[in-house]
Amino acid sequence: MSGKLPDVLERSEESPCQDEKPAAGVLELEDGTRFAGTLFGNRQGADGEVVFNTGMVGYVESLTDPSYRGQILSLTYPLVGNYGVPQMTEGSLRFESGSIQVRGLVVADCIDAYGHWEAGSSLDQWLREQDVVGLKGIDTRELTKILRSRGTMLGRIVNAASAKSPFSVSDPNASDLVRAVTVPKIVEHGSQGAGARTHILLVDCGCKRSILRELLDRDCDVTVVPYDHDLASVECDGILLSNGPGDPVQCQSTIANVAALLSRAKPVPIAGICLGCQIMALAAGAQTYKLPFGHRGQNQPVAQQGTESCRITSQNHGYAVRADSLPSDWDVWFTNLNDGTVEGIRHSNQPYFAVQFHPEAAPGPTDSRDFFDEFVEASRRE
Amino acid sequence: MSKGPTKVLVLGSGGLRIGQAGEFDYSGSQALKALKAEGVQSVLINPNIATVQTTEGLADKLYLLPVDAETVERVIEKEKPDGLLLGFGGQTGLNVGVELADAGVLERLGVQVLGTPVDVIKDTEDRERFVQRLDEIGVKTARSRACATLADAQTAAEAIGFPVMLRSAYSLGGLGSGVAHTPDELEAIVRRALAQTPQVLVEEYLFGWKEVEYEVVRDSFDNCITVCNMENLDPMGIHTGESIVVAPSQTLSNTDYHLLREIAVRTIRHLGIVGECNIQFALDPHSSEYRVIEVNARLSRSSALASKATGYPLAAVATHLALGRSLASLPNPVTSSTVAFFEPALDYVVVKVPRWDLERFRGVSMRIGSQMMSVGEVMAIGRTFEEALQKALRMIGTGMHGLVLNRLQFDDLREELAQPTHRRVFAVAEAFAQGMTVDQIHDLTQIDRWFLHRLASIVDVMRSLKGLPGPGQEPDAHLLRQAKVLGFSDFQIGKATGLHMDRVRDLRKELAVLPVIKQIDTLAAEYPAVTNYLFMTYQGTTSDVEPRAGAVMVLGGGPYRIGSSVEFDWCCVNAVQTARDVGYRTIMVNCNPETVSTDYDTCDRLYFEELTYERVMDIYEFELPEGVIVSMGGQVANNLAPRLDKQNVRILGTSAEDIDRAEDRNKFSSLLDKLGIDQPAWTEARSMAEAEDFAARVGYPVMIRPSYVLSGAAMAVVFDPSTLGSYLSRATDVNPASPVVISRFIENAKEVEFDGVARQGEILLYAIGEHVENAGVHSGDATVVIPPQRLYVETTRRIKQAAWKIARELNITGPFNIQFIAQENRLKVIECNLRASRTFPFASKVLKRNFIDLATRALLGEEVARIEGSTLDLERVGVKAAQFSFSRLKGADPTMGVAMASTGEVGCLGFEMEEALLSALRSVGLRLDKKTALVSTGPPETKAAFLPVVMKLQKMGYSFFATSGTARFLRSNGIEVETLRWPLEEAAPNCIDYIRSGKIGLVINIPKNNEEEELSNDYLIRRGAVDHEVPLLTNLRLTERLVEALEVADFDNLPILEWSEY
Repeated sequence: MSGKLPDVLERSEESPCQDEKPAAGVLELEDGTRFAGTLFGNRQGADGEVVFNTGMVGYVESLTDPSYRGQILSLTYPLVGNYGVPQMTEGSLRFESGSIQVRGLVVADCIDAYGHWEAGSSLDQWLREQDVVGLKGIDTRELTKILRSRGTMLGRIVNAASAKSPFSVSDPNASDLVRAVTVPKIVEHGSQGAGARTHILLVDCGCKRSILRELLDRDCDVTVVPYDHDLASVECDGILLSNGPGDPVQCQSTIANVAALLSRAKPVPIAGICLGCQIMALAAGAQTYKLPFGHRGQNQPVAQQGTESCRITSQNHGYAVRADSLPSDWDVWFTNLNDGTVEGIRHSNQPYFAVQFHPEAAPGPTDSRDFFDEFVEASRRE
Repeated sequence: MSKGPTKVLVLGSGGLRIGQAGEFDYSGSQALKALKAEGVQSVLINPNIATVQTTEGLADKLYLLPVDAETVERVIEKEKPDGLLLGFGGQTGLNVGVELADAGVLERLGVQVLGTPVDVIKDTEDRERFVQRLDEIGVKTARSRACATLADAQTAAEAIGFPVMLRSAYSLGGLGSGVAHTPDELEAIVRRALAQTPQVLVEEYLFGWKEVEYEVVRDSFDNCITVCNMENLDPMGIHTGESIVVAPSQTLSNTDYHLLREIAVRTIRHLGIVGECNIQFALDPHSSEYRVIEVNARLSRSSALASKATGYPLAAVATHLALGRSLASLPNPVTSSTVAFFEPALDYVVVKVPRWDLERFRGVSMRIGSQMMSVGEVMAIGRTFEEALQKALRMIGTGMHGLVLNRLQFDDLREELAQPTHRRVFAVAEAFAQGMTVDQIHDLTQIDRWFLHRLASIVDVMRSLKGLPGPGQEPDAHLLRQAKVLGFSDFQIGKATGLHMDRVRDLRKELAVLPVIKQIDTLAAEYPAVTNYLFMTYQGTTSDVEPRAGAVMVLGGGPYRIGSSVEFDWCCVNAVQTARDVGYRTIMVNCNPETVSTDYDTCDRLYFEELTYERVMDIYEFELPEGVIVSMGGQVANNLAPRLDKQNVRILGTSAEDIDRAEDRNKFSSLLDKLGIDQPAWTEARSMAEAEDFAARVGYPVMIRPSYVLSGAAMAVVFDPSTLGSYLSRATDVNPASPVVISRFIENAKEVEFDGVARQGEILLYAIGEHVENAGVHSGDATVVIPPQRLYVETTRRIKQAAWKIARELNITGPFNIQFIAQENRLKVIECNLRASRTFPFASKVLKRNFIDLATRALLGEEVARIEGSTLDLERVGVKAAQFSFSRLKGADPTMGVAMASTGEVGCLGFEMEEALLSALRSVGLRLDKKTALVSTGPPETKAAFLPVVMKLQKMGYSFFATSGTARFLRSNGIEVETLRWPLEEAAPNCIDYIRSGKIGLVINIPKNNEEEELSNDYLIRRGAVDHEVPLLTNLRLTERLVEALEVADFDNLPILEWSEY
């Protein structure tokens, strides 16, 4: 690695934001709660479902995670932007998708004077480039407590100077958010056909790049298909259902396609991550429900059923699988040690399994990469 | 699960010293509580009588005995425990455990080491094994070679290439470590290191790399978590104990953070640690290159910090895991609704700043580096880095108001930045103030630019405050809030704007710029918490808690430092417990992560906060408690009394006015005159001439000290006019505004401590302690005996009379301490403190009467009966001995004087004074393995007194070495002695060579007086003894008592009796 440092922003007074007056902004929640702060990024208004994440690092990964589509994200760690943002080059694995996915970012403090060898811009600059609003100076702990006790709410960020309009925010979960984040057409990755490599079909419901990376790292050829791609006729060694935003019941076509697969006589290994896990459960005939305030963080403890084995996981989901709705040939694989919710399911005798957490990490702990080992191994055997 | 142990031995860490301080009181106390919760019987060995863990009721059996292999083996033989915890007593406990395992003692006696197995501990302690084990899983370590000889080290250094980093194996706090740029420097460091440990490591030099550590917990089911990571503001090259540390890391990206986390988990699993450990990394600031520096397979200073920084009770959890429990089966006591298997999410920033006391030592180097020299630390919590840092810089208690607006001067700023001393962070601020840029400062310091930008932002706001038009101009709400969010105190704002701090406070209230109270709940508010653990911040709009009525507020002691240490924590913890028992809710205010008073289960509400007037008032005004106890936390808390009183804060116990009558020299002096109690002649000199006149009038020697000092900082005894002149011109700034107190120094007098508890002037309980050393040795360094052994009955009677009069006159309610000196039966009072003193835990544990419990009841207005009986008719004797850390303080002259130099203490019991004394001295590291002594007896008058000592030693089989004068004197008295040359003679046979080569088992060197300045022969002998770990005696009286004790008691076969057997 070269010792040359990228240019580091000198002292805040030289940063471009100083030319403009600070713009006052307000976060309004549907229950009428208001938080006043200062706008950054594009300094425009935004609305969506307000959620919080307790990770202390990983804002670049989180903001580009398609699962956050339709949401305003509040970070509980008070200093955000410390290490800047890497250069956003095509396909860079420092980002989980090609753009910022959240509708707005809420922080206690946004640090402009970053310092990191990989950084290319500040968080504020990046948000401007991506035309996304940020709100800083917020008591994010108080906001978290409100969301925790009253449940996730709709909300909006407004420029305090702009005209007051009545609160009206439509619930993003009522729309098909996945359609907005899935690939428009099939994309091939890997060497495709050179030798006997494992061929994985990755169903993109809003897939994080890290999932693709994990598969490619294990020498797989990966075909990424849109979420509503017809799976009945596909030829592959294994199918992975990705993560994605919103309420899983919105993904009716994917659920139906997976249900058809599950009943195939000659099973192909199928795995799911996060939304993919919920889709698999729904396809198997189980039910999902909305959690009061979701699991979003990097410190979520899960236990593997029937063992003493536990792991720390990265999570980002607002819905969960109802344990008692699982058909008799499906088992709960992992449970959350904090609230006992389902964190993974698997079929009792077929190679079908899924996790509610994020084994690809990014952001978060890397304890669960064995999930990909198992999936790729199962796919190889077939 | 196999049947667990039923009786577990816990090893403590002994007297507090640099590199091994109060953090092990925290870890040991939690371990004992956890054992109790598991229904396992506990046996504790720890001679540190001032600790909370040696309080009655914590351990089932308590041995106030030295933690060395021989003693521990004898305790095991007697107690027959089936389990041993050796990760809770620092490096001392760990080393003793390994030694016993190696000797086969544990196996022979059927004791199982719980938690991390001994083989794994050795993998982490022996560098070669460590590197090999990490190599097995492809984890990178710094290139390094373990060397047992100087020649090996030279070869290794050539292979790696200079500069090289030198570290010693099996050491506490990096003793014998350093950077060698040249072969000469290598030789000096290696020699010193090999004198203390069998192995020295020559390592790749990673100067300027980020230093990051993770606290890792693993259970016996292979479940592994990292509880916290921390980043050093000072990059590699500065010992982590010397660094400003921030948690969580600030400059690491997600990739960096989880790369290191993954390596940490993989490494700890591979090594097979069970319980808690710490792993340190160096991370290249320009790439993802990393090196693992070391793993500490035990609780450490960092784990204490991590525990307080996150709220995760590491030591308690480690104990449960050692007993075979799984992480998922343990509750998280902070939330009570979740389990211990999780990683805390912080929604605040924690900054640790070390506390140094280097100015106290003559000859010591002020440079900080790879060897630890700090004596304590503070931890501050904020919602911005700047807020936490400025709080921490105030908390260290060295008179700093924060990062900026201090009265500091730097002769050479660049030098100060490039060659760090304990003042470097202030130098960085000054550099910004003088216009240096982030890049310039980065080049000189290697401090990460992120931190430098944050420091610069504080300087920027200072400029804004100073830049208001006209002095006394009031800042607007926006600027005021900005300053407060960046941690400025009202005083700083006042200083920058020309406003009085009280006006700033009022202005803040008018403009509604107020702090809010936030909880530390381990989960960033994701789940409701029952935690009592709080801090204040200006980054926020809403408090997490509501005030609750019926509380008593106890002010803690702040950072451990020379003169104020774990003994005050013991007092605070006991006061809180009593207040709870009486039925009050309790509020503790403290900022020291090494303490038990800041543990999650000590009080009802813990404010991890500054012990400043501003913050104490903030808390008081919010909580509106029934009253405040200022008499338990030492001088810092006590000093706040007058200002709090002025704001109508209810001070419990002795009134603030009476406290002032004892603190103010003039008022106290006239009070003593009125009572007819004598004191040494004294004056307040406002000029050099006044000082000289006074000394000429009362006669030399005289003692000099600035007003209102703690533990004799800058105190000195001078013996002649020329020394007086040079001292006053150099050490102090005598002027009418800051006068210097000069008093007659009485030679050859005894010093006596009176610790008492009174209610409305009536003494309820007291203890009299006698110093072994004559007056002139600071009471914190002195060896103290309870009950007195060599005091006239008449003296004792007069002491009691005087104490009763003083107590009545000051209408004392609560704890107090009076120091007397006695010559024949003539008695003089030298000091009176209307607060708990250093000796309260010692007195309480020797008398088996809890002085603090009684004092607390008294000041809460409870009905308490006077406790009859005198300290004189005890069946046991207690001896308190001082623990010094001279081996850590490069160049410091290891002598005892009027300024306190010890970092800790031990206290041991015996049915005879001799047994207790030997136990105590053994506990502070005295070894008498070789019967060879190097003696130098000082001036003629001590020579005669010294002769019986030498004769007694001769009878015990000692042979002697001495330099010419003493040799001649001894020979003329018929004692065989080998003559050695003085160190500065540089001729053979030389004292220093003999000390270095291990031919000398004991050095007795009595200094002529306590204030020698120049680099003398005697200094070199004393320093040589310390650097090469040869026992050193510098006080005649203590030497006499030791030798007498050796005549009647067997040093290697002292009684093994537990506390309740005395």
